[in-house]
Amino acid sequence: MATTTLFTLHLCRFGQSFSKKLFSTSPSSDTLLNPHHVTFHHKLRRPNSSSAPAFFRRFSTVAAASTSGEVNYDGIGTADEKYDVIVVGGGHAGCEAALASARLGARTLLLTLNIDRIAWQPCNPAVGGPAKSQLVHEVDALSGEIGKIADRCYLQKRVLNVSRGPAVRALRAQTDKREYAMQMKSVVESTPNLSIREAMVTDILLGKNDNVEGVCTFFGMKFYAPSVVLTTGTFMSGKIWVGRTSMPAGRAGESASHGLTENLQRLGFETDRLKTGTPARVDIRTVDFSGLEPQHGDKEVSWFSFDPDVHIEREQMCCYLTRTTGRTHQIIRDNLHETPTYGGWVEAKGPRYCPSIEDKIVRFQDKESHQIFLEPEGRSVPELYVQGFSTGLPERLQLPLLRTLPGLENCSMLRPAYAVEYDYLPAHQCARSLMTKKIQGLFFSGQINGTTGYEEAAAQGIISGINAARYADGKQLIVLERESSYIGTLIDDLVTKDLREPYRMLTSRSEHRLLLRSDNADSRLTPLAHEIGLIDDRRWKLYQEKQARISEEKKRLRSVRISGGDLAAEVSRVSGQPVRDSSTLESLLKKPHIQYGILDEHGFGNIELSRIEKECVEIDIKYEGFILRQQSQLQQMVTQQHRQLPEDLDYHMITTLSIEAREKLSKVRPQTIGQASRVGGVSPADITALLIVLEANRRKAQEQSRYKIMNAMRAKALEEEVPEVSCTETVSS
Amino acid sequence: MLRASEKPNAVMAHLPALRVLLRHINCLIPPPRTSMPALCTIRATCHFLLLSPKPRKLHATATSKGPENHALLLNRDERVARNVTPSDVVEKGSTIAAIVTSLGGPPAAVGIVRLSGPSAVSVAGRVFRPAKRSKNNDWKPTSHVVEYGVVLDSEGNVIDEVLAVPMLAPKSYTREDVVEIQCHGSEVCLRRVLRTCLEAGATLAQPGEFTLRAFLNGRLDLSQAENVGRLITAKSVAAADAALAGIQGGFSSLVRSLRMQCIELLTEIEARLDFEDEMPPLDLNIIMDKIHSMSQDVESALEAENYDRLLQSGLQIAIVGRPNVGKSSLLNAWSKSERAIVTEIAGTTRDVIEASVSVNGIPITLLDTAGIRDTDDVVEKIGVERSEAVARGADLIIMTVSAVEGWTSEDTKLLERIQSAKSSTGSLIPVILAVNKIDCNPRAETDWDRGCQSHDIFSKRVFTCAVTGQGLQDLERAVLELVGLDAIPSGGRQWTVNQRQCEQLVRTKEALERLQSSIKEELPLDFWTIDLRDAALSLGQISGEDISEEVLSNIFGKFCIGK
Repeated sequence: MATTTLFTLHLCRFGQSFSKKLFSTSPSSDTLLNPHHVTFHHKLRRPNSSSAPAFFRRFSTVAAASTSGEVNYDGIGTADEKYDVIVVGGGHAGCEAALASARLGARTLLLTLNIDRIAWQPCNPAVGGPAKSQLVHEVDALSGEIGKIADRCYLQKRVLNVSRGPAVRALRAQTDKREYAMQMKSVVESTPNLSIREAMVTDILLGKNDNVEGVCTFFGMKFYAPSVVLTTGTFMSGKIWVGRTSMPAGRAGESASHGLTENLQRLGFETDRLKTGTPARVDIRTVDFSGLEPQHGDKEVSWFSFDPDVHIEREQMCCYLTRTTGRTHQIIRDNLHETPTYGGWVEAKGPRYCPSIEDKIVRFQDKESHQIFLEPEGRSVPELYVQGFSTGLPERLQLPLLRTLPGLENCSMLRPAYAVEYDYLPAHQCARSLMTKKIQGLFFSGQINGTTGYEEAAAQGIISGINAARYADGKQLIVLERESSYIGTLIDDLVTKDLREPYRMLTSRSEHRLLLRSDNADSRLTPLAHEIGLIDDRRWKLYQEKQARISEEKKRLRSVRISGGDLAAEVSRVSGQPVRDSSTLESLLKKPHIQYGILDEHGFGNIELSRIEKECVEIDIKYEGFILRQQSQLQQMVTQQHRQLPEDLDYHMITTLSIEAREKLSKVRPQTIGQASRVGGVSPADITALLIVLEANRRKAQEQSRYKIMNAMRAKALEEEVPEVSCTETVSS
Repeated sequence: MLRASEKPNAVMAHLPALRVLLRHINCLIPPPRTSMPALCTIRATCHFLLLSPKPRKLHATATSKGPENHALLLNRDERVARNVTPSDVVEKGSTIAAIVTSLGGPPAAVGIVRLSGPSAVSVAGRVFRPAKRSKNNDWKPTSHVVEYGVVLDSEGNVIDEVLAVPMLAPKSYTREDVVEIQCHGSEVCLRRVLRTCLEAGATLAQPGEFTLRAFLNGRLDLSQAENVGRLITAKSVAAADAALAGIQGGFSSLVRSLRMQCIELLTEIEARLDFEDEMPPLDLNIIMDKIHSMSQDVESALEAENYDRLLQSGLQIAIVGRPNVGKSSLLNAWSKSERAIVTEIAGTTRDVIEASVSVNGIPITLLDTAGIRDTDDVVEKIGVERSEAVARGADLIIMTVSAVEGWTSEDTKLLERIQSAKSSTGSLIPVILAVNKIDCNPRAETDWDRGCQSHDIFSKRVFTCAVTGQGLQDLERAVLELVGLDAIPSGGRQWTVNQRQCEQLVRTKEALERLQSSIKEELPLDFWTIDLRDAALSLGQISGEDISEEVLSNIFGKFCIGK
């Protein structure tokens, strides 16, 4: 009996009507099932769910056995098929998700198409850059892995925007692609609570309450977990193009994943298609660098990670700069009809920030030459990445085209440039926790949400990993507000705005970037990570000591005063401003062009501070006025912006909203007023109307509850009257 | 009957509320087993807010979570938290100001400018100097105690004598701190006081915003809620219409062009920040020149002559005509005063007489002139010359003729004189023909068209009677139509737009001043964008516009970027 019942439960994911029918035909199972089903959830949501797995295990084993119709191997290895969190995909989102989840104590399974391609860098061999580096620092502050691996595997590092302000200063690392993948793989493999399995997931297993129960693979395996994170990257119905020729693939040489899109669509998800591409790789040994402009790394290396353990310097490699020539432009113009966009066989345009070389030449005809960067892909591989040279031209034209570039006249091409098309799920279907609104326990992260870039993927990955583990553990989900971080900004944009191209993080997307710097990513996010249990004691101690040193130093600079002397003379010379007698060191640091280094040179610095800590002190003091002003502006705004919107609000019924606002808000279902105001087509008048509705609803609810309480009191009074009467009767009688 | 028919509606209206209530109850009691999905959605919305003072405990029990009852965890920057006292960041929301007495009617004796919001007292303190001055400069009013004093502008000039009525939270209309400044009722006074408040940091209130705040802060009862909603929506739609219709005049074109310039500059700078190694270096001198010229534009636009002329003089309307056709009577009747001496004797008015009226909030100066005729009287001759000069300088001419006498050859001659006056200035001054004394010859209305057809110089024709006041409304309507303001309901939409634009310019000026000081202090490029963004935001047609996307598409449109 039990077997059939559980079997039915499984079928319900294939079709509600079918399972309902089964339920109704077997009344006994009905009564048996429902309570069980619910208890299972209750148990699992308790932080200490010692009893749940037992029930769970039995449940899954029986089910698996009964569906396959094979012998029941209960107890022989099958227990492993129950997890708290399943992460589908082993890219940059998947790795962070799986690691965060496992580190939070959730039994986590990472399913990937190919274990040898874990954390692969299929496009440029680099991590960081403007805005992206902030994401990396933030992920690291939450104890993510991307920053550490990039710090361990760098080939070259440079800080960009050095003199343009602390908020836009950005670290970029060229990375050794193979080493990167191997390092991440070994971290993933050695993390407790984390199992890895090669599999192609083709379907999502659903529970009764629109909740996820697990996944089903191409070969018929079923893995069960209350939380599932999908990070399918470019693999879902992926198709790669070179010229007019295409083949199904997620990346060159790797098979695409089929079937999942259709099954997600069947569950009611809206899917769409995006396109991106990667340029050709050439053999570094066939390139003549002698005439090319070299780009060296920084002499003083900076780090993504706040963990000093990974701050190990290594020898740097050089990148080179070359340019397109008249001949390059000629070949492209002569063969425009051979490119997908101009030949007209692919409608989808690539992202605006990543145009193909033919796009650049057509759109900016007056530019005679475009910069091309040559970046090594590793220390042990001969591959050279030709940055800025992605093309849709057929392979036969690609080598001649590459050979028009100075230095590449005799090059040999190792891999042709190709474009890839893939399915994604417009992210308005996710809440800001990255859990889908339709199916409880199902999370999306990375390119499946329409982003591009390893850093964007990692940022989403860690949030969905955290939330998947918390969901499985019955804890509240975490949302990083837009104003708290680049991660928050990224996710808010994704779930709120109507995106038409792969989303890349840019500094100009963040309204309050002065507050979201890389130097303060730890003091913004590490306390949160510690609170939820992601940061270990060692990291936490390091963090606290660092903050204490910075705070002490700021105090010291406020109290130490100087009058005259070498330092004063040099400060007034460098800044062009007079130095008054008895000036504090703090006031000196606030003057233009005065850096902490000047204090060091004159013996007024604090030798116990690291370079990074000195930088923090300098930024805090130098830009204090601006930072405080931004903070107070933010505060003014936040009061209203963070007002919650009820999730069941029926926007179509709110006639004071414009028609467009009603439609857009019904689609996006924002969680806060601020998010609502960022939905395209929603005007300030609509926001006012929403505020009024909220307040009116609140009042109505208040009135109703007052009425209820009054009624209850009246009823109680009436009840109490009865015995009283009887009592008096007794007395009188 | 009425009640009975209303009732079902009321019940329907309460249904959603009931649902909300039920959810609340669901959240408060341990959830029934069947409500798992509801519970999950509620759980999904815990938030980590940025700025509450201390991280609160995260692991609140999941069952007590309603949408309004999340555990808020603040992950503010701990480094900043250490040197900010809580009082620096408690300020919530903005402070708004507006004229709350009606405009557009005849001037009242007293008018009120209301400030409401957390910094209402400090804004008022910046513009109001009480007669009894306390020793320290901070104004510390006692709630509900009227104080007498003056309003000063930023340079310390007295603008008006006023009474300040502080009503501190929560005992005020909006339940926020409210300060009402009672000043003299003329529009010029009111507008100057308002402008001073805006310069001192208040924001111009949106239509209905005081009522909105009153409602959102828990005042007004539920039955008024729907009305408030409808009222405010209607008003903001009207305001948005006005803004979007792009009514000419005021500062519209300047505001638009300044905004474009800000976006252009942001594009130039942000492109460098996001695509450092792909862009040619930025020419800082060009950028600084642009910023400098922008702030000069704003300055000169805000110069008193420009703005105050618009406010103070409004339209100049010259009333011309032969002697004794009733020009002075018309002026008296229209301005509801005895401004001009009226007698039966032709040529009574020798000098130009001014009177002010307000039509739909637009101040209008009426100029009564001496009757234009060939005369030997020296004094009258000067008067006639002045009349012609006034007619040449006016925005609009009302040519008055007498219905009793009909169109005369002298009228034709006079018209020629006006026409020649027009051609000498080169611009066309619209002329309204007012056929006065219509009560003495009612048939003139039908007869008139024949006589007048040849004179297509007249843009409008109205029949008036200065004695009974008949036709004055027609005259006002004709005036509004001619200056292109006929579509504005009374209350002065044009004025609202001007006022809004003026506020935008004030904010822009502040932002550009900060920007220039950043440049002077040699702050890095990224800091320039902060104030440029502020400027662009305050110049937006609609508040809260998303400029990031605009800047981005500009960057991608303009520069060859991308690897």
